[in-house]
Amino acid sequence: MGEYITIGRHSVVKAENFAPGHRACLGCGEALAVRLACKALGDNVIIVNATGCMEVVSTQLPNTSWRVPWIHTLFENTAAVASGIEAGLKAMTRKGRRLSQDVTVVAMAGDGGTADIGLQALSGALERRHNFLYICFDNEAYMNTGIQRSSSTPYGASTTTSPAGKISIGQVSWKKNLPAIAAAHDIPYVATACPSYPFDLMTKVSKAAATKGPAYLHILSVCPTGWRHPADLTIRIGRLAVQTGVFPLYEVENGKYKLNVEPPKLKPVSDYLKLQGRFRHLSEDVINEIQQRVTAEYAKLKEKVASSLVHAGSQKDS
Amino acid sequence: MAKSEGELTWKDIEIGSIVTEPGSASQYRTGDWRTQRPVFDLDKCNKCGLCYIYCPEGCIYQNAEGYFEANLFYCKGCGICATECPKKVITMVEEEE
Amino acid sequence: MATKIGMEVSVAIGEAVKLANADVIAAYPITPQTHIVEHLAELVADGELDAEYVPVESEHSAMSACLGSAAAGARTFTATAGQGLELMHEVLYIASSMRLPVVMTVVNRALSAPISIWGDHADAMAVRDTGWIQIFTENGQEVVDNVLCAFRIAEDRRVLLPVMVHLDGFHLSHMIEPILLPEQGEVDQFLPPNQYPLPLDPNKPVTMGGFGPPYIYPEIKWAQEIKLRAAKEVILQVWQEFGDAFGRYYSPLEGYHSEGCQVLLLTMGSFSETAMAAIDKMRSEGKDVGLVRLRLWRPFPFDEIRQAVKNAEVLIVLDRAISFGGPGGPVCSEIRSALYQQDRKPKVIGFVGGLGGRDISASGFEEIVNRGMEIAEKTSRNEFEVFGVRE
Repeated sequence: MGEYITIGRHSVVKAENFAPGHRACLGCGEALAVRLACKALGDNVIIVNATGCMEVVSTQLPNTSWRVPWIHTLFENTAAVASGIEAGLKAMTRKGRRLSQDVTVVAMAGDGGTADIGLQALSGALERRHNFLYICFDNEAYMNTGIQRSSSTPYGASTTTSPAGKISIGQVSWKKNLPAIAAAHDIPYVATACPSYPFDLMTKVSKAAATKGPAYLHILSVCPTGWRHPADLTIRIGRLAVQTGVFPLYEVENGKYKLNVEPPKLKPVSDYLKLQGRFRHLSEDVINEIQQRVTAEYAKLKEKVASSLVHAGSQKDS
Repeated sequence: MAKSEGELTWKDIEIGSIVTEPGSASQYRTGDWRTQRPVFDLDKCNKCGLCYIYCPEGCIYQNAEGYFEANLFYCKGCGICATECPKKVITMVEEEE
Repeated sequence: MATKIGMEVSVAIGEAVKLANADVIAAYPITPQTHIVEHLAELVADGELDAEYVPVESEHSAMSACLGSAAAGARTFTATAGQGLELMHEVLYIASSMRLPVVMTVVNRALSAPISIWGDHADAMAVRDTGWIQIFTENGQEVVDNVLCAFRIAEDRRVLLPVMVHLDGFHLSHMIEPILLPEQGEVDQFLPPNQYPLPLDPNKPVTMGGFGPPYIYPEIKWAQEIKLRAAKEVILQVWQEFGDAFGRYYSPLEGYHSEGCQVLLLTMGSFSETAMAAIDKMRSEGKDVGLVRLRLWRPFPFDEIRQAVKNAEVLIVLDRAISFGGPGGPVCSEIRSALYQQDRKPKVIGFVGGLGGRDISASGFEEIVNRGMEIAEKTSRNEFEVFGVRE
């Protein structure tokens, strides 16, 4: 048995560095994502966490759910703190003040702490090329403070600060494309993941952690409380997000796009939307609008994948 | 832990409120939260491990025979394992207490 | 053998940080601090200082990166001024409450609006309550010496608190002064390597920054206050050791012809140097007036203040910042509060002057003292007097 557990053809470490006893809601997709990420990261990490759901549910003083070094300071500075840790370790190792030991610095923040208030720090850290991994756990709103909208909230979703009302459909802007923003910084590795595809997620975490230089992972974190659905549907809804093309799973390695899960035919977005209370108010028209947008964005993504293959092909020939 | 959280004095606080005991929150019985609990009919189980992977608490474990069970100390009763199990091994049953 | 060299004070600060062998410098440029970070960048680029220079994208990120660096156990330095200090305001509280030893030189600059790059103490006064150890300096040598002391104080296991060294923008930062830089060997003896007791390290995992509900928050804050107060003893020890090693002794405040004076003037920062000239002149004219120069701002030196002024009749305090709609000068109001319960205390007269880099000459100080003595004779209905504003 040992330290690993076999699941199909996969070997997964048993250690739960994100220990049970945390106070996440029933069926929390983010807690699962963090748990799986920790399995892929192992013990040789330092985690920098933003203010948000995970920080609050895991570190109510005087206890902690973390079995690896972990620091939380503020909401918007995760990437900056991670930069400082990376710089400190680098300097101390070079000056012989600590044993040279590869430590992965991992920044973990929600969509709030990444897309909005934390965007500046993220951009700065990516531009400066720090050797670290930034994971955005995207539950599509400021969930910890009570489900307020973020720039990552999808079009038409009802949140407490973009509520569906008599004259409003809820969120009136389209979701900010954070992986594209990260990729625009020309970093070596960008990927999207979802815990409904756990082995894809864990592989990507490992790959991103091993990347020299900055890496960015965007993980869809299904939230029963905020998305308003029964707790047991978390995995199913995450799977539908991928199968409808709402949240495609892809990687961008040194600018080259690759789709990891390619359904032969995308399911209609309504399959995904109808399971969630936050979309319950949407009219047929708005759902069609969303469908058109998802179809168009998915097509753009496939173009990028195709052009990446062309370039790879031409490079092989020359 | 000697003192409960409500008994700690200012002198008991570590510098910067740093917590030095990894995973100390594991003493918190989140199992008290649940209103329903998973019941495993292990005859149907093919040991695929998906329930283990999908549990947000990480409270499902593999027993000596290789079958999977939920640690009720932590299980919040979310029902993900029951919904995702391909063999319908798990049924969610109302908690009586 | 160390020799005095004429150099810009900002550049001297960079040299001090190099002598201290800092590991990480994470800073964002802002006038009038720029020469500090520029010189440090040069030292790193030339390999003279082995440090990671992190050119962050804002002051908020500068202090945040410092948090991370200090938490990893690295010797960490940054510098800022005015608006920059304000932008990192919330992060300052984190550094002190999480007990992370960061050293920062603040080149005191006025706060907008209107935008002013010139020096006053508004930025420092806005961060009084952040829990940092704060030292004001009067001349270039003091800055260099106190930067070295700051690392020693901050990283001391009994302290583990961040330290601000304040210097006046332009009036001190951009002055060319004769500076005696200690030898590297001497500094190495005085300043041992940083050994943060509970760093972020996979070999011994810790959790930093958990959240504190009402059942625990007050205890945590009180522990922080006790530690800041206790730091004073370490500060005095370090200053004593510094003096023993380098021959220059510092104390929480220093008197200048202040023994037994009827009238005392109190200043903080580079004004003290000009004030000394004014005091000399007034004394030569037979006036019984002396100067108290305040250096340790936080933790506030209650005992030393009370001792220094207890026999005076009048204490005139000059502030270089104003607390709008309040009691005027922050330093003056804190001193009044410190003296309130004393049996014997002088009349405390407050002046606010020198805002936004407005200079006060030696004759200006004479006017302040004379006016202060006048006010002390009668009872003033004003909390404070503003000095040098055209009406």
